[in-house]
Amino acid sequence: MKFQNNNQPDPKRRAALKALGLGAAVGAGALASSGGTLTAEQRQKHHGEETFEDHWHSFFQQHYQRMSEEEIEVVLERLERKYKAIYGVEVKVENEQPLEGVVFGYALNISKCKGYRECVKGCTTENNQSKDPDLEYIRVLELEKGTMNLETADHYYGDGETKVPQPGKFYLPVQCHHCENPPCVKACPVKATWKEPDGIVVVDYNWCIGCRMCANACPYWARKFNWHEPKLPVEQVNPETHYLGNRPRFQGVMEKCTFCIQRTRNGQMPACQEACPTGARVFGNLLDPDSEIRYVLENKNVFRLKEELNTEPKFWYYSD
Amino acid sequence: MNLLRFLYDCGKTSLSGGRLYWTWIGVLLFFISMGAFTYMGQAQDGLVVTGMSDQVSWGFYVSNFTFLVGVAAAAVMLVIPAYIFHNDDAKRVVLLGEGLAVAASLMCMLFVAVDLGRPDRIWHLSPYPGMFNWPSSLLTWDVVVLNGYFVLNLLIPGYILYHQYHNRPYNKKLVFAGAVLSMFWAISIHTVTAFLFASNTARPFWSSALVAPRFLATAFCAGPAFIIITFFIMDKIAKYQIGNKVIDMLAVIVAVSMQINIIMLIAELFVEFYAEGQHSASAHYLFLGLGGKSGLTGWIWTAQAFNLTAVVLLMIEKTRKNRKTLILACALAVAGIWIEKGMGFVIPGFIPTPLGEIFEYKPTINEVKISGMVFGIGFLVFTFMMKPLRAIQLGILSNPELDRIEAVRMQDEQEKAHMEAQLKSYEESSKS
Repeated sequence: MKFQNNNQPDPKRRAALKALGLGAAVGAGALASSGGTLTAEQRQKHHGEETFEDHWHSFFQQHYQRMSEEEIEVVLERLERKYKAIYGVEVKVENEQPLEGVVFGYALNISKCKGYRECVKGCTTENNQSKDPDLEYIRVLELEKGTMNLETADHYYGDGETKVPQPGKFYLPVQCHHCENPPCVKACPVKATWKEPDGIVVVDYNWCIGCRMCANACPYWARKFNWHEPKLPVEQVNPETHYLGNRPRFQGVMEKCTFCIQRTRNGQMPACQEACPTGARVFGNLLDPDSEIRYVLENKNVFRLKEELNTEPKFWYYSD
Repeated sequence: MNLLRFLYDCGKTSLSGGRLYWTWIGVLLFFISMGAFTYMGQAQDGLVVTGMSDQVSWGFYVSNFTFLVGVAAAAVMLVIPAYIFHNDDAKRVVLLGEGLAVAASLMCMLFVAVDLGRPDRIWHLSPYPGMFNWPSSLLTWDVVVLNGYFVLNLLIPGYILYHQYHNRPYNKKLVFAGAVLSMFWAISIHTVTAFLFASNTARPFWSSALVAPRFLATAFCAGPAFIIITFFIMDKIAKYQIGNKVIDMLAVIVAVSMQINIIMLIAELFVEFYAEGQHSASAHYLFLGLGGKSGLTGWIWTAQAFNLTAVVLLMIEKTRKNRKTLILACALAVAGIWIEKGMGFVIPGFIPTPLGEIFEYKPTINEVKISGMVFGIGFLVFTFMMKPLRAIQLGILSNPELDRIEAVRMQDEQEKAHMEAQLKSYEESSKS
């Protein structure tokens, strides 16, 4: 029988204890964590049944402006496959290019606006935003007549009970002003957002890294973030989409009003303009001297919100 | 080959220690593991698990990032006296300060990373193969300066230690040049981070020329205070024998920086509140509350109380030179600045929103746990760096046969001889 020296610690035993202790620390950490709440089934739904190849290509997808037309075609097809897998409907992703000699502008008559918020509804029906809670591009502010101090504005007026317009109030819808000198574009570290030749400020949802620099830079609070995987019920999907516009978005990316690029580049009006029951909204080509928007700009007393910041918005307000 | 051996030996030292050492590592691993599993949840469910919203789109992560940039920058307060003025006391501890800068800038980068909505696309944030909006976007500037600072603070001490390990003199000119570079770099990391906020004209609370100077003042306050606390801990567990002179020098820096910070605070408060315009709304919300909401007032007044107590304790010589009150003052200064730069600066910039909505923010437990992971990683890296550093300085690493107590004694003798030689040379020069 061998004698063991019990005064000396056994190095093997010590190492085992150490490993055990550290393992216990890691395990206790795992137990104390607050992990994900999604079930595997829900995650599957979010990502659809994507093939490995599609997954690989979508991971390494290039920036929109760096891709050739053919490469974009391939991307559009892949996206259509992905949306089909997620929503079960054929979603068409277009890539309509800007028209020559067109720069879009918007004007809004605040004496006609009655605060019905139909523009907000029109927008969310058109643009495939996440629903419940609704992600909205337009915020309508209710202000006391006689003030433009936005800090006194009511953002959540009209709970369905109270009628609009309320006496003594006026309504100020705010959305992306598509600045000529957009601070959000300057702030983006990866050039995922830029101004198109027709003046529309767009986001490449497949390039955005979700740092929210642009949202901080925007003076109009126009940028909205996908804090979770968008919740878009199948029956509410608008299948007519544009790559830079209303195609369904993903978790963790920024989105915003695109002047309904999928409509306006095809000669239609933005959804908010069509939805407005009072005719307060005037949209058109700023370069066309005969357009209604040019008439408004030349004949009405127009003003812009926060003009002192020199961002040169292409969104004007006026009153009769 | 030599380099590999050096790294191997360093790694081996990092992974050796007594029961206390491994308990400490275990505690850190617990926090890292807890945060990592929570982060997996965040990556899956999205940033909805945080308290952030479209109204307050940055929160606890960016707050900690902002604070830690200051801690990282503060290493320069040891680099300048050590390498530029050749202060012997500072030289003894400068590597410690630089190690802290490495850990802090690593934590900064991690805090930016965990804040991203699409961490899988982080590679987009590079000149190649990504797309780098430099020089227009201030975040790209921050990526450049933080990575640069991280590398600088890894290379300079690494170079010195590598030569010490091989027991040969290092190129002093090279180190001097590196020190000058890292001096300006330290200022730049904090200035750039301040500009990241100040560049937003949409947010009047941040858009002030005073942000950058105030950031520097708070950095040179919280950073050295943090270093002093670290020194005391290192002194206790690694017998570092940090000179009282260095500690007092740093304490004076903390005191002066805090005074400058308070003066700038008063200047800001005067402008915000004397003729209170609409742009003062954020400051009003922060200090007094606005529209019946006052989620940050408790934070900011606590911070001010901490800062004032710290500055008083540090200005009185008796309490500054007393170890206990000095540690208390430093802890108060660190906590005060941590609140002031985070919950007291990042958050109120969002409240009210550019459209005037007052929507409050409170960090969730998920954010706290994930931040705990980042701090855990930072402390772990710092611990792993400090272990071989001490061993190299004592000459144990290159000569493992050497007894630890013997090594300390030998170093003391060396320093004594060095001092005596210096004194002698002074005497001789005064004679002649």
